[in-house]
This record gives sequence, structure tokens and C-alpha cells, in this order.
Amino acid sequence: MPQAVITASKLTKKYKDFAAVDGISFEVAPGESFGLLGPNGAGKSTTMRMVGAVSTRTSGTLSILGLDPNLHGPEIRSQLGVVPQQDNLDMELRVRDNLIVYGRYFGMPAKVVGKRADELLEFAQLSDRAKSKVDDLSGGMKRRLTIARALVNDPRILLLDEPTTGLDPQARHILWDRLFRLKEQGTTLVLTTHYMDEAEQLCDRLVVVDKGAIMAEGSPSSLIKQYSTREVVELRFGSDRNASVAKQLEGIGDRLEVLPDRILIYTDNGEAELVKITEMGLMPITSLVRRSSLEDVFLRLTGRSLIE
Amino acid sequence: MTFSTSTGSASDERDAIIAAGVKPRRYGSWYVAEHRIRAMRAYLQTLIATGIGSPFLYLFGLGVGLASLVQQSVGDAQGHQVGYLAFVAPALLASAAVTVAAEECTYPMLMGFKWNPIFFGMNAAPISGNQIVNGMIIGVFVRMFPTVVVYYVFMLLFGSVPSSLGILDILVATFTGLSVGLAIMAYTSTITEDKGQMAIIQRFIIVPMFLFSGTFFPLSTLPIFLQWIGWISPLWHGAELGRVFSYGEVEPIWVTVLHVLYPLALGLWAWKSTQRTVTKRLNR
Repeated sequence: MPQAVITASKLTKKYKDFAAVDGISFEVAPGESFGLLGPNGAGKSTTMRMVGAVSTRTSGTLSILGLDPNLHGPEIRSQLGVVPQQDNLDMELRVRDNLIVYGRYFGMPAKVVGKRADELLEFAQLSDRAKSKVDDLSGGMKRRLTIARALVNDPRILLLDEPTTGLDPQARHILWDRLFRLKEQGTTLVLTTHYMDEAEQLCDRLVVVDKGAIMAEGSPSSLIKQYSTREVVELRFGSDRNASVAKQLEGIGDRLEVLPDRILIYTDNGEAELVKITEMGLMPITSLVRRSSLEDVFLRLTGRSLIE
Repeated sequence: MTFSTSTGSASDERDAIIAAGVKPRRYGSWYVAEHRIRAMRAYLQTLIATGIGSPFLYLFGLGVGLASLVQQSVGDAQGHQVGYLAFVAPALLASAAVTVAAEECTYPMLMGFKWNPIFFGMNAAPISGNQIVNGMIIGVFVRMFPTVVVYYVFMLLFGSVPSSLGILDILVATFTGLSVGLAIMAYTSTITEDKGQMAIIQRFIIVPMFLFSGTFFPLSTLPIFLQWIGWISPLWHGAELGRVFSYGEVEPIWVTVLHVLYPLALGLWAWKSTQRTVTKRLNR
């Protein structure tokens, strides 16, 4: 097994008294697709900035590709591709020029970077928009261009902070497809997301982060297995009735979760539980049997929903 | 989770990573400047139009218009007399450089952090905060220098440079422009929220500086309580130094030295201050 490309131990970032990242430890293997899943404000982006060698840690140790970001920031960054949460493409430049200027930052010769830009535009399905203004691109296109830009230096590690936030479903799927190809090629991916489906699609392994700390670690399927049941029954009785009906449902399923808008019943056989509920004469307005997701893991671990 | 490692290849890999940082560390500032110059191409036509139109209009307006009304020549402390256009031209040249500085050191700085946060993108690549600042300054120079040269050519065409040493005014004006630009940059780099500070800089700093820096009349003709504006204005120092070269204005040598040292000190302080601010803001 090769050496870990990222090793964080008791990594902490404090802003005055507030600990945005509070002593987290993790490792990422080369070629692995590693995710940080958590709600907004969990400390994911701060962790990414420290891993990206642009934000100085308050304490703990951090090693990226065997180097300390405090000492070798530019060297580490020369090996990274970064897709920030907020696009920071240069609106004054055309699409292709954005890739050219960025490649130059890594010391790439103009000729090499020109060829690379054309390859990346192809990869990002933007070849026909090479001379467009960035402003004229759709949100999904801008995101793909940002990813193309992050790949200009052929990075060993690609850091993606909320890569699909704000995109429509179709644009998300196109983006996932591109990221999946990179994963297949062996690029190490580190991504933050608050979308459980994204984490399930793209991550080999992930940590669930909340309030700057790691709550759980594992593959999406192992986390679901460990912290949830195979299936979930979602019932809606109306916001004024949910709490009172929940009392009658005690004993149904392995576990019950009452949310303001719905009741969740955790069980290995959703259909069977739904039959029991119907036989009890309880008529939900809507009912749904679905597979457990990371959303359920998060709810179990924190008592809160991921997207609030 | 543990990973084994092969020491030999790890050390080769480490060397390769260290080597990849050499060029960005050495030339990063130039890469940023290259980026700025590419961005300027988007408004190249405007740059050319203002670069040529502005000196023509000012020198024509003042030389043919105002100078015909100002019959009296302007004298220095030693009583040497010079025509009005020759008096005003070195100051206009320095003002042209200051105008470029006022544009290039305000909006691009605010934009880089706020409206179109490209500085964070640069910094995610191997570029440091100091290099971003250096690159921005080189970019300002690249735009300012040709503007000043074109202006100087117009000054020659209008016959407003009596001495051959006047060519040094190109350097003096550029130097003045950079000094003012860096001071502006030191401030604009600290702006986190746009509350119209750019317009305030233009209206309450650039315009008064233009009017009260001995540009159109000797500073000594101003009431003493307004003269301080000139003393602290790099534009006055630049204009006076320009006059020394372009028509041999006579002044005590220590004053001439001050015309060099003051803008230099201001520029150096502002440069370092901007680097500190930018580095701090990038390290969130």
C-alpha cells in the first residue's frame, strides 16, 4: 500500500475563541476518493483551506504529500487542483484564457499550457465555448471550467469544495460523470458536500463532520450499515398530528424519528412495517419506503438534518 | 488506516515536488503581471483612446487656450521666467500617471478580493500574497509607462519641454504615479465592503491633489493654510522634480532630494503594507 497523501492529526483552526475545526484526524490514500460530509458551518471548507495550504492551522499536524504546508505552501499547491465553493474565474478573460493564465501560475511554458487548455476544454465539454466570455456561461459550465482549470497542472490531489452546490440536477450529473472519470484515472479526490447522494456517488470513504469535529468515519455503505437500518419508512400525517401519531407507532420498526414535517421509521423491511401501520387503522397523508442514506446517518449522529 | 512506504521513491517524489515550486517561487510576480496584462487587453481600445486623447486635449486646451490668457510667465525663487505651458506640462505629465494609478490601484484590488475574487484563485495555485501585490504593481507600471511616454511625445510636439533633460520627466512621472498608486493600494487592499470608497478616493483625494499640488500655479501662490496639501502630495513633489529637469527650475538641493525621498519612502511603506494586508486576507 502506498504512503498516505494527506495526513492530519488533531488538526485545529481557531478564530479567536471559536474553533472552526476542532482537533480532527484523518488520512487519505493515493487514488482514494475521500469526502467530508456535514452541514454548512461544520468546518469543512476551513479544513479544505488548510489542506489546500492557504490557511495556517492553529495547532495539530498536517502533512500533504509528505510536506508541511507551513513550510512548503507553494510546493504543495503546485501539486493540487482546487475547485473552490465560490467560482473565482476571471470574468475579464475569455474561457480559454482563464486556463492559460492559470497554467502559467504553475510555471508551465506558454506552448504546453495552450495544448493543455485545449485538452481540458474538450474534457469539460467546453471546446465550442473557448472564446466565450465567462459571464455568458451557465452555472454548470462555469463549474466545469473551474474543474478544468483545477486540472491544468495535472494535480496529484483534486480538492473540491461543494462542487455541485447551486447546480440543477442535469448539470450535477454531467459534473459527477466528469469527476467519476477522474476517479477512474486514479486522481485522488477530496471533496466536501452537504449532499448525501453526492457523497454516496463519489466517495470511497468519508468522515461525517459536525461543529468542527468528526462524528463518524467509513465508506458510505458501512456508515449506513453501522448507523442506520436497510430501509426507512417516511410517513406524513400533517404537522399537527405527527407527534401524537408517533406515540401509537412505538414498537414499530427498530427506531423512530419524529421530525416537524414527517415521521421516519427505521427498519430492515419497510413494506412489512407499512402493512402493520395500515392494519392499525392509521392513514398517513403520504407514505414512502426508501433505502437508508447518509442523511439518516447524519440524523442519527447529530439529531439534526443535513440541510436545514 | 496505515500505508507502507518505499523510502527511495518517496525521496525522489519529494525532490520532484520541491522542484515544481522553484519556478512559481521565482517568477510568480511576473505570472500575475502577465494575467493583468491579458485582462487589460479587454479594454485596450479605451486605453489607447484615452492614452492619446487625454494629452492632446489637455495640452491643446491649456497651451492654445489657457496659455493665451495667462500672458504673464511663471518665475521660480531665483527669478527665472518660463512660459505657462512649459510650467504646467511636467505637472500634467505626472497627473496623467496618477490618473492611471487611481484607476488601476482601486477597482482591480477591490475586484480581486470581492467582486471577482481571483486573488483566492491565484493563491490556491502556488502564488503568494506578496507575489500578487508585486504582479499588480508591475501591471500598473506596464499600463502607466506607455501612457506617460505618449504624453511626453505630445509635450514635445507642443514645444513645452525647453531642456533636453526633460526626457527624465518620463521616469519622474512614472515614479510619482507609482508612489500615489501604492498608497491607494495600501488602502484599497483593506476594503472588505464596498461603501463607495472608490468615489471618495477620486473626489476627495485625487481631485484636490490635482488642484492643490502646484499643478496649474506655483504652490507658493496658495494661502499658507492650503499649502500643506502640496507638501504631503507626491504629485507636487513629482511636478517640481519634473520642472527641475524640463526647464531647469532652480531650488535648493535639499528640496530636490526631498522630492525623490518623500515619494520613495511613501511608496516603499505602502508596498510593504499592501503585501502584509493581502497576505493576511488570503490566510483565512
